[in-house]
Amino acid sequence: MINKLDAALSFHQNALRVRGQRQELIAANIANADTPNYKARDLDFSSAMKSAMAGVANKEAFNTNKTSDKHLDGIPSSIGGGAMFRPIVQGSVDGNTVDMDVERNQFADNAIRYEASIIMINGQLKKMLAAIQGQ
Amino acid sequence: MSLFNVFNISGSAMSAQAQRLNTVASNLANADSATSANGTPYKSKQVVFSAMPSKSPDVSGVKVTKVVEDNSAPRMIYDPKHPLANDKGYVSMPNVNVTEEMVNMISASRAYQNNVETMNATKTMLMKTLTIGQG
Repeated sequence: MINKLDAALSFHQNALRVRGQRQELIAANIANADTPNYKARDLDFSSAMKSAMAGVANKEAFNTNKTSDKHLDGIPSSIGGGAMFRPIVQGSVDGNTVDMDVERNQFADNAIRYEASIIMINGQLKKMLAAIQGQ
Repeated sequence: MSLFNVFNISGSAMSAQAQRLNTVASNLANADSATSANGTPYKSKQVVFSAMPSKSPDVSGVKVTKVVEDNSAPRMIYDPKHPLANDKGYVSMPNVNVTEEMVNMISASRAYQNNVETMNATKTMLMKTLTIGQG
């Protein structure tokens, strides 16, 4: 029963995790806009999302020592390893590849999609409550 | 929780940019300081940024690794009445390039603003996350 409630929310829960990590990466790109030789990084969202969903299905994803069979499995806190370097549009003399226009765009886009996922979760919770209360 | 790390990253970038702004202020203030504590004209100072690893993989903040002095030749100004003039009547003045410093100042201030906005957007996202299940 709890499993089903959990599974209903797990897609958007994972989406929020991946969006959160992507937000962090883009914030780091913006922070390092003036750091020589810094290379801008970003996640490939669809593959990161796939690996996050697979991580939940795959119990081996996060190996904790369990002293009882009844203990719950953990979820890895970061998606890990999915970050790739951005292609260079206009290189700069100091070897920095941060393009502020791209980063600001992606940052705003990612924030909106994060909030969209939150709205979806709220909707699902409302539906569940309606089903539970039967009103 | 990865989103909280954005505060560390943007915060590190803000303090690095603030230090850059400080050196700009020092350079501009001393643009005409013909002598300093060690008797030589003031030398222009520049900060060196470098990426600093953070808690999450692939994500880095910014730190100022060192402040370097510009060792290029001082500006020579012909002013025979100046007490520091050499036997040919020239005074060595600081090698501060005022135009360059003004550009540096605008760049640092814009980068600082960018990081403030990043932080604010992330704060909004976190506040929205706290409202899950409330509406």
